[in-house]
Amino acid sequence: MRKRLILIAVTLFGTGLSVGVASAQEGEGSLPHAGADIKNIESLQRGARNFMNYCSGCHSLKYVRYNRMATDLEIPESELKANLMFSSEKPYDTVNTAMPADAEAWFGKQPPDLSLMARARSVDYIYAFLKGFYVDKARPWGTNNLVLPGTAMPAVLSSLQGLQKPVFKNEPDEHGSANMVLVGAEPMTAGAMKPEEYDQFARDVANFLDYAGEPIKAKRQSMGVFVILFLLVFFAFAYMLKKEYWKDVH
Amino acid sequence: MASNNGPAAGAPAGSLPKRTGFMGWLNKRMPVDEFVAEQLTGYYAPKNFNIWYFFGSLALVVLVMQLLTGIFLTMFYKPGELTSFDSVEYIMREVDSGWLIRYLHSTGASAFFIVVYLHMFRALLYGSHRKPRELLWIFGCLIFLLLMAEAFMGYVLPWGNMSFWGAQVIVSLFGSLPVIGSGLVEWIRGDYVIADATLNRFFALHVAALPLALVFLVIAHLMALHEVGSNNPDGIDIKKHKDAKGHYLDGIPFHPYYTVKDLVGVAGFLLIFCGVIFFAPTFGGLFLEGPNFEPANPLQTPPHIAPVWYFTPFYAMLRAVPSFAGTQVWGVLVMGASIVVLFFVPWLDRSPVLSIRYRGPLYKIALGIFSVAFIILGVCGLKPPSGIYPQLAKICTALYFAFFLLMPWYTKIDSVKPVPERVTGHA
Repeated sequence: MRKRLILIAVTLFGTGLSVGVASAQEGEGSLPHAGADIKNIESLQRGARNFMNYCSGCHSLKYVRYNRMATDLEIPESELKANLMFSSEKPYDTVNTAMPADAEAWFGKQPPDLSLMARARSVDYIYAFLKGFYVDKARPWGTNNLVLPGTAMPAVLSSLQGLQKPVFKNEPDEHGSANMVLVGAEPMTAGAMKPEEYDQFARDVANFLDYAGEPIKAKRQSMGVFVILFLLVFFAFAYMLKKEYWKDVH
Repeated sequence: MASNNGPAAGAPAGSLPKRTGFMGWLNKRMPVDEFVAEQLTGYYAPKNFNIWYFFGSLALVVLVMQLLTGIFLTMFYKPGELTSFDSVEYIMREVDSGWLIRYLHSTGASAFFIVVYLHMFRALLYGSHRKPRELLWIFGCLIFLLLMAEAFMGYVLPWGNMSFWGAQVIVSLFGSLPVIGSGLVEWIRGDYVIADATLNRFFALHVAALPLALVFLVIAHLMALHEVGSNNPDGIDIKKHKDAKGHYLDGIPFHPYYTVKDLVGVAGFLLIFCGVIFFAPTFGGLFLEGPNFEPANPLQTPPHIAPVWYFTPFYAMLRAVPSFAGTQVWGVLVMGASIVVLFFVPWLDRSPVLSIRYRGPLYKIALGIFSVAFIILGVCGLKPPSGIYPQLAKICTALYFAFFLLMPWYTKIDSVKPVPERVTGHA
């Protein structure tokens, strides 16, 4: 009876928590998996290069310092200065952007700081966003995005990816009349990169922004293994201590 | 705290060994040995505590952890509309081990509610709120109430977008009270909107006033516990059977027996807790929500405002009640009543036995339905109010209150099994 009660309670609590997690993550289930790996230093280095070359013109990383990034991503300072820093900033500066304050007049919105984008949305979201631009004549820039409809950002990476055209599917409404639903996008013109290359490009950027969102993430996980191992040993000793003391309780 | 009939009667002060040296000097000026003897080595606890009895000591461990990590966070956190969000990121990135302190604190908040909910459920299982432990239960309910206020205000401090809009929604609830509503809301906010003044007063309450009150209440909770003695899974009084020396036959000194046993509980807790800290600190958006990584923005409402998971059962009850007679105050009153009703449980329960082990099927079914309804309410509170959820929340709100309001009836007519004289077994 006792064991069953405990089992039922634990199961209930577990179910509640997992349903909670599932609902907290809802909406991200439909996104393709980016396959980003925070421990892949080379991917992070490529992501940093891609970000500095293609994104940092408009987007800042105001919480990320160049030198901290270089240390974490194992980039020598000479490489950092030569290939990743394009303005008069010093290595201890944060990653700012040259975008002037009146960018809002150009785009309708100041390009957001991306330091925490991977935490606010998700790595998969960034990956899908970078791959999600398609031609839409109704938009001011002539392009729209699958995961962020009506985005103010133009398809600045179309020279790499090529342009995509939207794919619609007819899902008739309850009256049976035609109802075209946007379900995806497919290549329309070729870009400078092959599709797999562009996927890798987007994956690396998403991975790098995951790093930028939480620079300690990789270290946290590797530290965690030792913490758990220590606690297992501690648990074993505590349990044996308890057994020893409780021998004389009848 | 000396008592004549309490379980602390294990080792009278006169029988303590005479001390010399520093401890002798100390004991002449402060009753150190006497206190330890009364509260730990001479405090007799029933020997049959099971896994449910870990959560009290775990709540104390989490409280101390929250106080300590909170002190360190306060050294670097800068309350203010323009500084809060940046200073949290500063802690996460540039303060040595700041990320660890912050995750300990943010995960600690969720852990606090998990252990407190399980601790309260234990009381419902074994009748720990019943006579003579009514005051102990009331102190516990007050701690729960304060903990909710503490957690709510702490959640506002990072000044993320969910902090802002969560505060907006919860504070505006007071506005639905008749006559005093709008004035009260202004008084709480210190402004016409949620703003710098609100943030700073929440900071003051979160780091000074409420923790102080919480610590005092925990002391009162423990004093009341040590006066009447712990209940046990059999729900029987261990004071009836004493040996020749006057020690309880079914009791054992809290120290060293339960200190070493609780150490095992702490180790087990830390295993799970550190698993979350190091591998899933946001817990899939449940412990730290995605929208809270965007700074507070009064012009941009998050697509779906939901409180943190530990408030969602009560939030679901709030939303389950429709507005009536042109006011939404009824939902607020129902939510308030859902907490207030807890204080009366010791008197609502009319069963002649305490523990669920010797109760009949009615209480077991009622407690089962209540637990399921509470968890479903928690899920409903996380979801947008559409589809099946509003209806589900209404049903579960009714079940939540039925558990308490029908308790005098079903506990009275419920069958009971014979209660043993002595406790059964020990774990």
